[in-house]
Amino acid sequence: MAAETLGWWGVPLGILAGTLRGSAPFLFVSLGECLTEKSGKINLGLEGTLLMGAMSAYAISYLGVEKWGMSPAASPWLGVFVAGVAGMALGFIHAWLSQQPKVNDIAVGIAMIIFGSGLAFFLGKPFIQPQAAGLPSIELGTWISSSPAIQSALKISPLFILGVVLAPLMSWFFRSTRPGLFVRAVGDSPDAALAMGVSIKKVRMLCIIAGSFLAGIGGAYLSLVYPGSWTERISSGQGLMAVALVIFARWNPVQCLWASLFFGGAQSIGPALQSVGFDQGVYLFNAAPYILTLLIMIITCSPKKTLSGAPGALGTISG
Amino acid sequence: MTTSSTNWRKTAEAIAIPLGALLFALVLFGLFCALNGKNPFAVYSLIFRSAFSSWGAFQGTLLRAAPLMLTALCTALPARLGLMIIGNEGALVMGGLGAVMAGLLLSFGSVTPGPEQLQQVSGIPSFFVLFGMAMGAIVAGGIWIAIAGALRHYRAVNETISSLLMNYIAIAIMNQLVGGAIQDPSETIKASSFALPAVNRLTSLPGTRIHYGLLYGIIVCILAYVLIQKTTFGFAARTAGGNVKAARIAGLPVGKLTIIICFLAGSCAGLAGMAEVAAVHGRVNESLIAGYGYTGILVAFVARYNPIACILVAILLGGIISSGGALQRNLDMPDATVLVFQGLVFLVILYSDSLYGRFKIFKEPTPAAPPPPSPSTALPV
Repeated sequence: MAAETLGWWGVPLGILAGTLRGSAPFLFVSLGECLTEKSGKINLGLEGTLLMGAMSAYAISYLGVEKWGMSPAASPWLGVFVAGVAGMALGFIHAWLSQQPKVNDIAVGIAMIIFGSGLAFFLGKPFIQPQAAGLPSIELGTWISSSPAIQSALKISPLFILGVVLAPLMSWFFRSTRPGLFVRAVGDSPDAALAMGVSIKKVRMLCIIAGSFLAGIGGAYLSLVYPGSWTERISSGQGLMAVALVIFARWNPVQCLWASLFFGGAQSIGPALQSVGFDQGVYLFNAAPYILTLLIMIITCSPKKTLSGAPGALGTISG
Repeated sequence: MTTSSTNWRKTAEAIAIPLGALLFALVLFGLFCALNGKNPFAVYSLIFRSAFSSWGAFQGTLLRAAPLMLTALCTALPARLGLMIIGNEGALVMGGLGAVMAGLLLSFGSVTPGPEQLQQVSGIPSFFVLFGMAMGAIVAGGIWIAIAGALRHYRAVNETISSLLMNYIAIAIMNQLVGGAIQDPSETIKASSFALPAVNRLTSLPGTRIHYGLLYGIIVCILAYVLIQKTTFGFAARTAGGNVKAARIAGLPVGKLTIIICFLAGSCAGLAGMAEVAAVHGRVNESLIAGYGYTGILVAFVARYNPIACILVAILLGGIISSGGALQRNLDMPDATVLVFQGLVFLVILYSDSLYGRFKIFKEPTPAAPPPPSPSTALPV
């Protein structure tokens, strides 16, 4: 890192860079969770989906170049797609199981965390060593400054931009389209949706699968962009934090974007401080996102009233 | 007669459905192994051989089952109150920290003993030191989960998410402490706390390599069963778990119940941490995080939150964990194989929840068909 030459200015720069780099997984998972929860189900298992996405993207990107003779520019994108599909497969299991009678969606989520991460570690074992082609990034820094520290800080992944565009699009989808209305109806008042002639099961199935697709892409970002390799520790609770993040964002996709940037920033405080040689309490700073999530939940939740913006059927066994 | 036959059928259903689910999960796991080019029957027989076939192997299984019984209670007890706590791993880590700090204080008079203090182990009898360590673990683990319970009651924070987040926070606290405030500078491979003196460790049961933690587990599970099923307190907790509104109207102190049950739950997992530290590791470092917390959740689910059933399920799953090493060595399967199997069991068990009441055989028969209960099983349970 060139942060040493900048002295303590390296800290805000490091946090800015970390925010731009680290918030994309939060963004994709929280958008996926937002879509899922809007339909009235919770998917805690996105942590497993994220790991599965990270593993499959990395494996496909590696195999594409080494075994199938694809160009290093194309194979990571195939990896991103396959990560989404792997997410959909896990999403299907969650959607089917959590809609069985007497089955609790939170419990299914816990099971899916164990199953998804187990599957990812099992299948991903051979890919821990090799180096796969990563996704390219767009260099914004070259226009602004010649300092290499600033240039490396302002590298932005096209996936991140995709996520930023997706947030207002999803907001528009909920607000102004017919399928968006169906999703909201199923999540808010399953009885009304039933009266409209909407199949609750189908809508929830589609929402959970689509949400898991997004979470899979978030995983692909982890292994192909930042940190940019496949290890078993690549996702440390981001999938879970997304659940809290959606509550914080009041089930609004655009606010999910702001919340993700906030969390990405919180995550990079520890590394940014370390890069300037400040290493007191490193582990606690690294735990900042979890502590922050907990604090946010303590502040935003209330025993007196349901949260504004919360889908009405969320957490009930209805439908 | 009618009630006893209903009970008999209910018990049979409560045993048959989880057993059937386990068998089905085994079949699915066999398919998974076959897809990966391994002979499923070789896998089954290896699991059986390395976990249950001989006394030596079974001891290894019991060693793993001991912490699982205790961590399972961390999920099973609050579940009776309708709470889904999954902070088992965090409570275990906090318990281990509490135990090692109490143990070092009682043995050397300091958590960071100097060289001359290390030479001189205090004269406090080992029984009292171990008792102090257990207390440290119970308090530390108990408070940890009680926080999640209090947040649930006072702030309506979802206890599943908060307790899960607190796992990560507990591990960060442990890393911070063993990497700084209570670090043993002579330990260079892994940041660790100071080691407990050999006299103040938990010993093995005579003639075995099983440590006393197994007894802790069995005794605590039985106590938990009595507490939940046979006392007024347990009755109040189950009532509140069944219907919070009704419990409030009946004047039950739901908040107090929540916090006490969560404290007890956390203290069980904390005790597991103490047993691991005092019998296996002798100090606190990263090896304490071995996944017992997460497997404990599964044990609680398979046992349908029944503390006695937790003992049996913990032994079963302990066997599967202890066969993980053999699967890796003999069949060259990744260590995550055990995790995949656990995930499959978990999913199938959850699915089996929707099967209760669906099988005719477990329903009260129509008068035309006389029920065939045998006298030994017809006892009301």
